[in-house]
Amino acid sequence: MDRIPILKVGEFLLVSVQVDMHDRLALTLQDDLTARIVADGARGVLIDISSLDVVDSFIGRMLGNIAAMSRVLDAQTVVVGMRPAVAITLVELGVALPGIQTALNVDSGMALLRKRANATAPSAGS
Amino acid sequence: MDAAQGNKLNQILRQNDGRVLTEWVQHQVSADTFRGDLVSENELRELSRQLLAAIRDALARGNASDIDAAEWTDARELLKTVSATRAKQGFSPSQTATFVFSLKKPLFSALRAELARDPEALADALWTTTVLLDKLGLYTTEVYQQSRDELITRQQGELLELSTPVVRLWEGVLALPLIGTLDSERTQVVMENLLTKIIETGAPIAIIDITGVPTVDTLVAQHLLKTVAAARLMGADCIISGIRPQIAQTIVHLGVDLRGVTTKATLADAFAVALDRTGAKVSRADADGSS
Repeated sequence: MDRIPILKVGEFLLVSVQVDMHDRLALTLQDDLTARIVADGARGVLIDISSLDVVDSFIGRMLGNIAAMSRVLDAQTVVVGMRPAVAITLVELGVALPGIQTALNVDSGMALLRKRANATAPSAGS
Repeated sequence: MDAAQGNKLNQILRQNDGRVLTEWVQHQVSADTFRGDLVSENELRELSRQLLAAIRDALARGNASDIDAAEWTDARELLKTVSATRAKQGFSPSQTATFVFSLKKPLFSALRAELARDPEALADALWTTTVLLDKLGLYTTEVYQQSRDELITRQQGELLELSTPVVRLWEGVLALPLIGTLDSERTQVVMENLLTKIIETGAPIAIIDITGVPTVDTLVAQHLLKTVAAARLMGADCIISGIRPQIAQTIVHLGVDLRGVTTKATLADAFAVALDRTGAKVSRADADGSS
């Protein structure tokens, strides 16, 4: 079965989604990612969706869930590289992903994660 | 019969050419719809002469009814030019059509003079002439409408292009000065332009300036919020600036929730915030470190 690879970069996890996300794949990713966060003690998760042409409301909610779960496990989530068409579609669908942080590309996403990780005192998150 | 009628008409027209033309021009000049400010009598005479010649030409070739046929090409072209020019000059449709319709009177009196002794032929000739001139007159109205439509479509396109420029203010700071009323179609273009530019330049901050937007209703506010939300999903922050006092009041009265969005009164304020966020600092070259 397909799996989306999860790469460890320092104290962060990097997920680059490069195939069309179908629902099962998204659920598998959710399982794998939460397991990895716990196993590696990761402080942050960076999800790169720059190669995704289509994101439906289910995947959108999935991203929201992943972010919420990571927060519970004390890891920040940043979604990077969303395409304009995808962003417009999600907004039209009413999926605003309020709990998710976003950045334009992996570079600025990483910078954001580092800043956040440095800033997090015991009272983590927002 | 058609060809015969055409020939007869042509004959009568040729015999009375000068008189019909003079009467026609006089008739046009003295009519209420004459626009002496836009077209001179000489021009009118020249146009009338050309049209009369074109009509005679078509009639001579034996076609007195079907103005879409090849024989009428010259007349159609002439009328098209006249209508298009008049549409641009600001003539009304009826003023434009009167150019053709006013030919009826002189033409009819010529027919009456020629065919006075043959009432049946006169009736036939009158009927053919009326139908023909009606068609030509309607044709001018059609062309008039067409050229108006083209004008409007072109202007709409130009407005759309003109009003959605995305400019780069600083490294990592984009600005989108909005001018004019925002409708759904324009917002879509604006949104797409902005998001594409954000990707192209990798700018994390965009300022949407609405100084030039005359009114903000719930729909416009909704559109703005959507744009901001989409930009945020892509990882860019939007600042809305140029909110005039009345608009601030309207927004609050309408109950639009702008709490999630940074708003500033002027573009300068928004720019200062943007610079601050990108970590840039602007200071006077000769000042000694005062802020």
